[in-house]
Amino acid sequence: MSDPSFRILIVDQNVTRASVLEDGLREAGYADVVVVRDMQNLLKRIVDAEPDVIFIDLENPNRDVLEQMFQVSRTVQRPIAMFVDKSDAGMTEAAVNAGVSAYVVDGLKKERIHSILELTISRFRAFNQLRSELDKTKQQLEERKLVDRAKGILMKERNLNEEQAYALLRKAAMNENLKLSQVAQSIITASKLLK
Amino acid sequence: MTPNNLIIGFVPLLDCATLVAAVEKGFTAQEGLEVTLVRETSWANIRDRIVVGHFDAAQMLGPMTIASSLGIGHLTVPLVAPISLGLGGNAITVSNTLWMQMQKHGAKLNADPASQGAALKQVIADRAQQGQPSLTFGMVYPFSCHNYELRYWLAACGVNPDQDVQLVVIPPPLLVDALREGQVDGFCVGEPWNSLAVEAGVGTIVNTTSQIWRLSPEKVLGCRADWAKQHPEQVDGLIRAIYRAAQWCDQPENHSALASLLAKPRYIGAPVDVLQRALGCKLRLASNTAVVEIPEFFVMHKQLANFPWASHALWYYSQMVRWKQLSFSNNAIDAVRATYRPDLYRNALLLIDESIPKTDYKTERAVVGRYVVNENNSSLTLAPEGFFDGRVFEPTDVAGYIKEFA
Repeated sequence: MSDPSFRILIVDQNVTRASVLEDGLREAGYADVVVVRDMQNLLKRIVDAEPDVIFIDLENPNRDVLEQMFQVSRTVQRPIAMFVDKSDAGMTEAAVNAGVSAYVVDGLKKERIHSILELTISRFRAFNQLRSELDKTKQQLEERKLVDRAKGILMKERNLNEEQAYALLRKAAMNENLKLSQVAQSIITASKLLK
Repeated sequence: MTPNNLIIGFVPLLDCATLVAAVEKGFTAQEGLEVTLVRETSWANIRDRIVVGHFDAAQMLGPMTIASSLGIGHLTVPLVAPISLGLGGNAITVSNTLWMQMQKHGAKLNADPASQGAALKQVIADRAQQGQPSLTFGMVYPFSCHNYELRYWLAACGVNPDQDVQLVVIPPPLLVDALREGQVDGFCVGEPWNSLAVEAGVGTIVNTTSQIWRLSPEKVLGCRADWAKQHPEQVDGLIRAIYRAAQWCDQPENHSALASLLAKPRYIGAPVDVLQRALGCKLRLASNTAVVEIPEFFVMHKQLANFPWASHALWYYSQMVRWKQLSFSNNAIDAVRATYRPDLYRNALLLIDESIPKTDYKTERAVVGRYVVNENNSSLTLAPEGFFDGRVFEPTDVAGYIKEFA
């Protein structure tokens, strides 16, 4: 149930995530989406944009700037309240878990915003999942590089073939109850020191 | 995860010291608690993560716990504050330009808040006459001691904080830049951010909030009321660990080690010397001036600094009403009263602390050497306290106090 009359403001310093969310909202029929990336004079930008709904990522220290908007009615035309409804603790929890917070103009009907919130939360979740997978892949790649370097050192110093060097690394890791990459790192460090 | 594995949120400010020391110096472990400290970037996150249960407890602004219990601006989630993390530690810093203008009207380094405020009032009048835009002051959160202390000072000096100046919220790590770029003309914040503005050559400290209100309250340990009820042993353990950590922190011989600990990027990430100075109640008020000592600027343990006075909570409430964040009601008074929990503090420290006050309330007035009667019926003396303008806060008559400001 889309409603083009909503103006949705996204405050996110993560450019990719902001675009992912923006695209998602547009696809769902919310044409009026404004993304704020520059945090200078945030309050003024928000006041000028007159949004109905504001989304901000939880890593953003400027969240506290928004919090003031509940209190300073004289700087904003329309009072802004946190979230859909004070009773909607479940939605708050889902949003916080996904890493996003929403501020909604007071008096807007709950049903009208629910779908926007749900969409935002799911996009945030998907993005974070993607990011953590990416981080994991990167880390795995780094670890593999370390292991390869350590293998090379062992092959050279102990005159082993690749398979033997790897077996030796694994055995050491199991004996010491360490990760393979940790053993590899120690070998690299030690070999630097012994040079 | 056992119930003794706790996750506690904190914000990189000097008064996370007692919490950091409680964990790093083994005081929580001594209570059988395994605590993970998680650094947060905003007060709103601290509140939300407490509310949804990501954090078991957190370093919190005293007024935040009350705002949550009363449901102002957010979900109504009763919180409790069973121990205070310290007193004071905040200051008001202005841009060098504003300081020069204030000096022309008689402001002097380390002068009393009344004369500094009078100078500021003159500057504001000059600016209004010349048609210049009003001054902007930054603070850290709508429900913060910083907001109320700044407003108290301005109003007591004849400056209306809602009309004569503009107050904006800016997160502490962004304040120094905001001052440099002229986004704000001054701010009220906890250390090390005032000192960092001075060190950066962009600001001058006008007053510490301890000069506005001596022995004024600040951060507390906050947690959800239902969590505290379900985890009495953990709450007791945390109170004792923080209490002992605060004792350790207050010893001047430990300041160097504490400052090095706090200087780490995972805690505050500020220069060791700046942190150590503030721990010892010493501040450089302006660039190229000598460091001065401000008695009781930041108190981590002495002066009953860890006791969660119910009267402090009631004073916050009086200011919430005064500045129209909500309207007065007797029901709210009960909710405020139920948020600060000296009973939990007493219970946890019964066998350890011989100086626990018998009463939950104290009248806030300017006195030198007040006596507080403790559990043993002996008395102990506190440092001078009270508000700089001599006004008295009587916790038994909050409504009357609020009317005085009307």
